[in-house]
Amino acid sequence: MKNDQTITVIDTSPPRRLRLPVAGMVGAGIIGFWILIAIIGPYIAPHEVGALVDDDLFGHMRWSLPLGSDYLGRDVLSRILVGARYSIGAAGAATFLAILMGGTLGMLAAVSRGAIDMALSRFFDALISIPSKMSALVVIAALGSSIPVLISTAAVIYTPGAFRIWRALAVNVNELDFVEVARARGEGTHYLIREEILPNIAGPVLTDFGLRFVFAVLLLSSLSFLGLGVQPPNADWGSLVRENIDGLAGGAPAVVMPAAAIATLTIGVSLLIDNLPGRWSSTGEH
Amino acid sequence: MAPVIKVENLRVTAQDECGRTNIIVKDVNFEVQPGEVVALIGESGSGKTTIALSLMGYARSGAKIAGGRIAFGGRDLLEMSSRELASLRGRDVAYVPQSAAASFNPARALLKQVIESSEIHRVMPLADAEARAISLFRELVLPNPEHIGDRYPHQLSGGQLQRLLAAMALVTNPKLVIFDEPTTALDVTTQIEVLRVFKKAIKERGTTAIYVSHDLAVVAQMADRIIVLRDGAIREVDETGRILKEPKNDYTKSLLAAAEPRVRAATDEALRETSAQPVLEVRSVDAGYGALDGEGSPALTVLRDVSLTIKPGTTLGVIGESGSGKSTLARVIAGLLPAARGEVLLNGERLPRSAAQRTRDQLRRIQIVFQMADTALNPARSIGRILGRPLEFYHGLGGDKRRRRVAELLDMVRLPATMAERYPSELSGGQKQRVNLARALAADPSLILCDEVTSALDTVVGAAILDLLAELQREIGVAYLFISHDLSTVKAVCDEVMILYAGQMVEHGSRSALHQRPLHPYSELLIASVPELREGWLDGISESVLKEASAGVALPSRGEACSFFNRCSVRIPGRCDVEPPPLRRLTKGAHIRCQRTEQELVQLPAVAIQKDEERRVGTGTAKTVAG
Repeated sequence: MKNDQTITVIDTSPPRRLRLPVAGMVGAGIIGFWILIAIIGPYIAPHEVGALVDDDLFGHMRWSLPLGSDYLGRDVLSRILVGARYSIGAAGAATFLAILMGGTLGMLAAVSRGAIDMALSRFFDALISIPSKMSALVVIAALGSSIPVLISTAAVIYTPGAFRIWRALAVNVNELDFVEVARARGEGTHYLIREEILPNIAGPVLTDFGLRFVFAVLLLSSLSFLGLGVQPPNADWGSLVRENIDGLAGGAPAVVMPAAAIATLTIGVSLLIDNLPGRWSSTGEH
Repeated sequence: MAPVIKVENLRVTAQDECGRTNIIVKDVNFEVQPGEVVALIGESGSGKTTIALSLMGYARSGAKIAGGRIAFGGRDLLEMSSRELASLRGRDVAYVPQSAAASFNPARALLKQVIESSEIHRVMPLADAEARAISLFRELVLPNPEHIGDRYPHQLSGGQLQRLLAAMALVTNPKLVIFDEPTTALDVTTQIEVLRVFKKAIKERGTTAIYVSHDLAVVAQMADRIIVLRDGAIREVDETGRILKEPKNDYTKSLLAAAEPRVRAATDEALRETSAQPVLEVRSVDAGYGALDGEGSPALTVLRDVSLTIKPGTTLGVIGESGSGKSTLARVIAGLLPAARGEVLLNGERLPRSAAQRTRDQLRRIQIVFQMADTALNPARSIGRILGRPLEFYHGLGGDKRRRRVAELLDMVRLPATMAERYPSELSGGQKQRVNLARALAADPSLILCDEVTSALDTVVGAAILDLLAELQREIGVAYLFISHDLSTVKAVCDEVMILYAGQMVEHGSRSALHQRPLHPYSELLIASVPELREGWLDGISESVLKEASAGVALPSRGEACSFFNRCSVRIPGRCDVEPPPLRRLTKGAHIRCQRTEQELVQLPAVAIQKDEERRVGTGTAKTVAG
């Protein structure tokens, strides 16, 4: 999954020019926007995250507080800007780690077949049978809540699923003749995975990445909802929704806006991934 | 008499990925009279299936019927609403697709599926439909017609399923039946039986039919009239006999010429006679799938006691039907499937059974080329990179040297050097197969295993690949193991031929020995089953051929007995099904594995004796046609 290959394609063969459809561009735009916010959010936030700036609770939108105030009278905009870092960063890191472990082992299992495949598959079957939120609760109760613990817990929870999907995709490609040819040539496992399997499952695997990222955002949000996620005064978007849930009846922007932030992020990821061109496309067509 | 269907100026367009509109059927006109069988013949991309589908008012996704008229029963099909078309399809126009196995729902009993169209259109009461289906089963010579409908698709053979598909089409007594390559996926010995019952059923009920095929010899048996298509346009329309004897169009002539492949095996007789060390020797190999049992036999044995030798620069052909183990043989030699018993020797040196244990040089000297060019090239890599890898892997070439060598290789397989920048999806089937071959050549091998390399290609494209193989052999002296199910291809390129049946070698000899009797009974059947390019071949086939052909699926017999026993017309019950057949050397130089002695095989009324005369007359006609 190196960028230079995509560039080569554009340069050498005009008919294969990879163009992102409009919907994909919109998705990419949304993701780009949120990543930018995750990086610069704390610096452009108008108020301190924990500062009480409004006398009103669940204050309405106005010029000084563009997204209103929350249940303690804090600025919602600032809290969303700072929370982006936790939601996107933690979920992204957890998904990346899960895919790195699950995906690599999944392809290894598919290419090695036999005993290695059997051992890895059964191990992950055992892992997948543990209810994810329960195990997360246990781990966090034992180790305390901190960002690294949250990330690694979410990563471990999503690894078996990633393993299953990557293995299934790789097994299909592994049966094809060009992999047999490479095997008959005497290529090693590493080459088979890197050159023959990985480029041909890139599309569906990216879709999987997107889905899993969305799940991770939701898992972290629900952990925050239970009070085990990011600790106050900081908050990720899930916690923002939870702590302001009382404002729902009054239609307070304090509960709607973080929810909208989660929604736009997940929609953006889905839009981009469903519209990727060429072999990156989720249908795997070339 | 008014025609059943009349097509006027039919035009079908399709959009490609870049949004350009291509015309795939160009202003086609023809009509079909009642009771007539008209064949649409052409290669892939000729538009024959597109035309056939448009006769039901249907265009595949991406394609669009852009203009013209299709008059059917006094109405224009193309102006009907989708509701009206739905009431027509399956009742008035029925379709028999190519792949029977993929056309049935594996989870439902067959009878329900066969009468489904009658149920949907409420043509007749359920009991009547079932009775009609059963009478059709009888007519199509299916075994146990009363109860075969209770079975499920996986329980029947491909030939039986294809006949059930025909029953499904005929159950509503349609005005027009479209057969779309109905026997292409079948083995020759199965095809002959299916063709026979189809022809009988069509003739007896006076069915009007469109028969789509790429195989001129098959069409010659079935059709009254032939429409030759190329690139979506009609090239020639004439009665079957006239097309075969006096083709007017150049394209028709080239099709006729390609149907009878030219012999390319040009290896010197002298070279073969020298006692040069064989490049490859296989000694009594057993192989199969699944875990090995206590005696070292795999759970499912596919190859039993197969031996062969290939001399440098020569070609050994391996013929067999699906399931005969011919591809398994290639995998065993390449080390992809370790043999359970026996050994493989390369230049007299014993090879480890598994590719993982072979040295890089041993691997280099045996290369394999697969049938499906589409799946044999990594779609995510450019041709240059695909060809560059073996150069780097075996010869350590890099940078400019590698680039130059890639260009040379492309030139060897007659492709332009600019092809290196392309991706597999941009290439045609024939080009992909050339790249496949170039990849094998990149290793500088002494033996190339060709597994059905031309089977997925059109006749003309396949013929060009065969020419290329022969040229390369002359230039660089590489040896081939040429695997195919197609007797005429094997006869065209091979110096020696081995016939496999259910994992056992039944006959092994020189190419010319295949033309001399006596033959092993299975070889006789195989040769007699290949359709010949003349009218009336099918009707002239002796009953005994059909009896053998229809006897069902080849199953590797347990134990040592002859696996051809059930289908053999000269079997000796009590001996053939008990004792292992001995290997006999015949005076023509070939080896066969049979209980019958050479004397007996000559004297017995074997299948093709009566046919032999006809065949001589037949090739005579074919020659005049080709000339």
